[in-house]
Amino acid sequence: MMNQLFEIVREPIEPNKVMEKVMRREAGAVTTFIGTVREFTKGKRTLKLEYDAYDKMAVKMLEKIGKEIEEKWGDVKVAITHRIGMLDILDIAVVIAVSTPHRRDAYEANEYAIERIKQIVPIWKKEFWEDGEQWIGDQLETIPYPDGKPQKEGEKND
Amino acid sequence: MIKILLFARLQEQVGKSELHVQYSGQTVGELKGMLQQKYDFLLDNVMVAVNEEYAFDEEKLSENDVVAFIPPVSGG
Repeated sequence: MMNQLFEIVREPIEPNKVMEKVMRREAGAVTTFIGTVREFTKGKRTLKLEYDAYDKMAVKMLEKIGKEIEEKWGDVKVAITHRIGMLDILDIAVVIAVSTPHRRDAYEANEYAIERIKQIVPIWKKEFWEDGEQWIGDQLETIPYPDGKPQKEGEKND
Repeated sequence: MIKILLFARLQEQVGKSELHVQYSGQTVGELKGMLQQKYDFLLDNVMVAVNEEYAFDEEKLSENDVVAFIPPVSGG
Protein backbone atom coordinates (compact mmCIF):
# COMPACT_ATOMS: atom_id res chain seq x y z
CA MET A 1 0.00 0.00 0.00
CA MET A 2 1.16 3.51 -0.79
CA ASN A 3 0.69 5.06 2.60
CA GLN A 4 2.27 2.46 4.83
CA LEU A 5 4.95 4.01 7.01
CA PHE A 6 6.72 0.71 7.57
CA GLU A 7 7.29 -1.59 4.63
CA ILE A 8 9.22 -4.57 3.35
CA VAL A 9 9.46 -4.41 -0.45
CA ARG A 10 11.00 -6.41 -3.25
CA GLU A 11 11.43 -3.57 -5.74
CA PRO A 12 14.02 -0.76 -5.72
CA ILE A 13 13.32 1.88 -3.08
CA GLU A 14 12.79 5.51 -4.05
CA PRO A 15 14.16 7.53 -1.12
CA ASN A 16 12.07 10.59 -1.94
CA LYS A 17 8.88 8.63 -1.57
CA VAL A 18 9.90 7.50 1.91
CA MET A 19 10.91 11.04 2.84
CA GLU A 20 7.62 12.47 1.61
CA LYS A 21 5.74 10.25 4.03
CA VAL A 22 7.16 12.15 7.01
CA MET A 23 7.04 15.70 5.63
CA ARG A 24 4.63 17.86 7.64
CA ARG A 25 4.10 21.46 8.59
CA GLU A 26 5.17 20.98 12.21
CA ALA A 27 8.59 19.66 11.22
CA GLY A 28 11.60 21.82 10.47
CA ALA A 29 14.00 18.93 10.08
CA VAL A 30 13.93 15.74 8.05
CA THR A 31 16.80 13.25 8.17
CA THR A 32 16.99 10.45 5.64
CA PHE A 33 19.30 7.51 6.14
CA ILE A 34 20.07 5.42 3.07
CA GLY A 35 21.72 2.06 3.60
CA THR A 36 23.43 0.73 0.45
CA VAL A 37 25.19 -2.47 -0.52
CA ARG A 38 28.92 -2.04 0.11
CA GLU A 39 31.46 -3.68 -2.16
CA PHE A 40 34.35 -4.12 0.28
CA THR A 41 34.14 -5.22 3.90
CA LYS A 42 37.51 -5.42 5.63
CA GLY A 43 39.18 -5.91 2.27
CA LYS A 44 36.87 -8.69 1.14
CA ARG A 45 34.94 -8.11 -2.04
CA THR A 46 31.18 -8.65 -2.00
CA LEU A 47 29.63 -9.52 -5.37
CA LYS A 48 26.00 -9.18 -4.33
CA LEU A 49 23.68 -9.64 -1.36
CA GLU A 50 20.49 -11.53 -0.81
CA TYR A 51 18.09 -10.35 1.88
CA ASP A 52 15.36 -12.53 3.30
CA ALA A 53 12.75 -11.54 5.85
CA TYR A 54 9.93 -12.85 7.97
CA ASP A 55 7.82 -10.21 6.28
CA LYS A 56 4.84 -9.99 8.59
CA MET A 57 6.87 -9.92 11.76
CA ALA A 58 9.47 -7.60 10.22
CA VAL A 59 6.76 -5.01 9.54
CA LYS A 60 5.50 -5.43 13.10
CA MET A 61 8.97 -4.88 14.50
CA LEU A 62 9.49 -1.81 12.31
CA GLU A 63 6.22 -0.46 13.71
CA LYS A 64 7.48 -1.21 17.20
CA ILE A 65 10.64 0.80 16.51
CA GLY A 66 8.42 3.64 15.34
CA LYS A 67 6.51 3.49 18.62
CA GLU A 68 9.71 3.42 20.66
CA ILE A 69 10.88 6.53 18.84
CA GLU A 70 7.59 8.31 19.52
CA GLU A 71 7.94 7.47 23.20
CA LYS A 72 11.51 8.76 23.34
CA TRP A 73 11.29 11.83 21.14
CA GLY A 74 7.62 12.78 21.23
CA ASP A 75 6.82 14.95 18.26
CA VAL A 76 8.31 12.78 15.56
CA LYS A 77 7.22 10.98 12.42
CA VAL A 78 9.09 7.96 11.13
CA ALA A 79 8.93 5.95 7.91
CA ILE A 80 11.09 2.94 7.13
CA THR A 81 11.29 0.84 3.96
CA HIS A 82 13.56 -2.19 3.73
CA ARG A 83 14.13 -4.04 0.48
CA ILE A 84 14.63 -7.80 0.28
CA GLY A 85 15.64 -10.18 -2.49
CA MET A 86 18.82 -10.00 -4.60
CA LEU A 87 20.68 -6.70 -4.42
CA ASP A 88 23.73 -5.51 -6.32
CA ILE A 89 26.53 -3.27 -5.11
CA LEU A 90 25.23 0.29 -4.62
CA ASP A 91 21.60 -0.81 -4.47
CA ILE A 92 19.60 0.72 -1.66
CA ALA A 93 18.69 -1.80 1.03
CA VAL A 94 16.98 0.46 3.53
CA VAL A 95 15.66 4.01 3.80
CA ILE A 96 14.74 5.61 7.11
CA ALA A 97 13.10 9.03 7.16
CA VAL A 98 12.47 10.96 10.35
CA SER A 99 10.89 14.38 10.77
CA THR A 100 10.94 16.49 13.92
CA PRO A 101 10.53 20.19 14.72
CA HIS A 102 14.31 20.58 15.28
CA ARG A 103 17.31 18.89 13.71
CA ARG A 104 19.02 17.28 16.68
CA ASP A 105 16.09 14.99 17.39
CA ALA A 106 15.80 14.05 13.73
CA TYR A 107 19.45 12.92 13.62
CA GLU A 108 19.30 11.05 16.91
CA ALA A 109 16.01 9.29 16.25
CA ASN A 110 17.22 8.24 12.83
CA GLU A 111 20.36 6.64 14.21
CA TYR A 112 18.31 4.92 16.89
CA ALA A 113 16.11 3.41 14.17
CA ILE A 114 18.97 1.77 12.26
CA GLU A 115 20.52 0.43 15.45
CA ARG A 116 17.22 -1.16 16.45
CA ILE A 117 16.71 -2.62 12.97
CA LYS A 118 19.98 -4.47 13.40
CA GLN A 119 18.76 -5.84 16.72
CA ILE A 120 15.13 -6.88 16.48
CA VAL A 121 13.85 -6.91 12.90
CA PRO A 122 13.80 -10.41 11.39
CA ILE A 123 15.73 -9.69 8.21
CA TRP A 124 18.81 -11.63 7.15
CA LYS A 125 21.45 -10.98 4.56
CA LYS A 126 23.48 -13.47 2.66
CA GLU A 127 26.84 -12.33 1.36
CA PHE A 128 28.09 -13.64 -1.96
CA TRP A 129 31.87 -13.45 -2.34
CA GLU A 130 34.19 -14.61 -5.11
CA ASP A 131 34.96 -17.72 -3.07
CA GLY A 132 31.65 -18.56 -1.46
CA GLU A 133 28.48 -17.42 0.22
CA GLN A 134 27.15 -17.20 3.75
CA TRP A 135 24.20 -16.03 5.78
CA ILE A 136 25.41 -13.32 8.11
CA GLY A 137 24.22 -13.12 11.69
CA ASP A 138 24.59 -10.66 14.50
CA GLN A 139 26.60 -8.04 12.70
CA LEU A 140 26.54 -5.97 15.85
CA GLU A 141 28.94 -8.48 17.33
CA THR A 142 27.59 -7.66 20.73
CA ILE A 143 24.92 -9.54 22.58
CA PRO A 144 22.92 -12.05 20.59
CA TYR A 145 19.68 -11.42 22.43
CA PRO A 146 18.79 -7.77 22.05
CA ASP A 147 15.82 -6.24 23.75
CA GLY A 148 12.61 -6.49 21.90
CA LYS A 149 12.66 -10.00 23.17
CA PRO A 150 11.38 -10.30 26.70
CA GLN A 151 14.15 -10.04 29.27
CA LYS A 152 15.21 -12.91 31.40
CA GLU A 153 16.63 -12.19 34.75
CA GLY A 154 20.38 -12.02 34.66
CA GLU A 155 20.41 -11.65 30.90
CA LYS A 156 22.51 -8.68 29.98
CA ASN A 157 21.13 -6.44 27.43
CA ASP A 158 21.29 -2.96 26.03
CA MET B 1 -0.72 -28.82 14.47
CA ILE B 2 1.99 -26.28 15.00
CA LYS B 3 3.52 -24.51 12.04
CA ILE B 4 7.25 -23.89 12.22
CA LEU B 5 8.93 -21.28 10.05
CA LEU B 6 12.62 -21.45 9.24
CA PHE B 7 14.84 -18.71 7.87
CA ALA B 8 18.34 -18.07 6.58
CA ARG B 9 20.86 -20.76 7.55
CA LEU B 10 18.27 -22.91 9.36
CA GLN B 11 16.13 -23.00 6.24
CA GLU B 12 19.10 -24.14 4.15
CA GLN B 13 20.12 -26.68 6.71
CA VAL B 14 16.72 -28.37 6.74
CA GLY B 15 15.96 -27.72 3.08
CA LYS B 16 12.48 -26.44 3.89
CA SER B 17 10.96 -23.14 4.94
CA GLU B 18 8.11 -24.72 6.89
CA LEU B 19 7.62 -27.72 9.09
CA HIS B 20 4.47 -29.02 10.75
CA VAL B 21 4.46 -30.90 14.01
CA GLN B 22 1.71 -32.44 16.05
CA TYR B 23 0.59 -30.29 18.93
CA SER B 24 0.86 -32.00 22.27
CA GLY B 25 1.10 -29.26 24.85
CA GLN B 26 4.78 -28.47 24.34
CA THR B 27 6.57 -25.40 25.52
CA VAL B 28 8.85 -23.43 23.21
CA GLY B 29 11.86 -25.03 24.89
CA GLU B 30 10.53 -28.55 24.42
CA LEU B 31 9.85 -27.91 20.76
CA LYS B 32 13.40 -26.60 20.39
CA GLY B 33 14.80 -29.74 21.96
CA MET B 34 12.71 -31.94 19.72
CA LEU B 35 13.86 -30.20 16.55
CA GLN B 36 17.42 -30.12 17.71
CA GLN B 37 17.37 -33.89 18.01
CA LYS B 38 15.55 -34.52 14.79
CA TYR B 39 17.40 -32.09 12.53
CA ASP B 40 20.65 -31.53 14.36
CA PHE B 41 19.82 -27.84 14.54
CA LEU B 42 22.35 -25.44 15.87
CA LEU B 43 20.07 -23.28 18.00
CA ASP B 44 22.70 -21.20 19.78
CA ASN B 45 21.71 -17.56 19.59
CA VAL B 46 18.48 -18.43 17.81
CA MET B 47 15.46 -16.53 19.02
CA VAL B 48 11.93 -17.89 18.83
CA ALA B 49 8.82 -15.96 17.93
CA VAL B 50 5.35 -17.30 18.58
CA ASN B 51 2.71 -15.70 16.40
CA GLU B 52 5.13 -12.91 15.48
CA GLU B 53 6.16 -11.99 19.00
CA TYR B 54 9.48 -12.96 20.59
CA ALA B 55 8.94 -15.67 23.18
CA PHE B 56 10.70 -17.40 26.05
CA ASP B 57 11.49 -21.10 26.29
CA GLU B 58 8.91 -21.43 29.09
CA GLU B 59 6.02 -20.22 26.96
CA LYS B 60 3.39 -22.90 26.39
CA LEU B 61 2.32 -23.44 22.82
CA SER B 62 -1.25 -23.79 21.62
CA GLU B 63 -2.87 -25.58 18.72
CA ASN B 64 -2.31 -23.67 15.43
CA ASP B 65 0.49 -21.53 16.77
CA VAL B 66 3.06 -20.31 14.28
CA VAL B 67 6.55 -20.69 15.69
CA ALA B 68 9.42 -18.97 13.91
CA PHE B 69 13.07 -19.77 14.54
CA ILE B 70 15.01 -16.57 14.13
CA PRO B 71 18.78 -16.76 13.72
CA PRO B 72 20.69 -13.58 14.62
CA VAL B 73 19.32 -10.89 12.34
CA SER B 74 21.39 -8.88 9.87
CA GLY B 75 19.15 -6.32 8.24
CA GLY B 76 19.98 -2.71 7.51
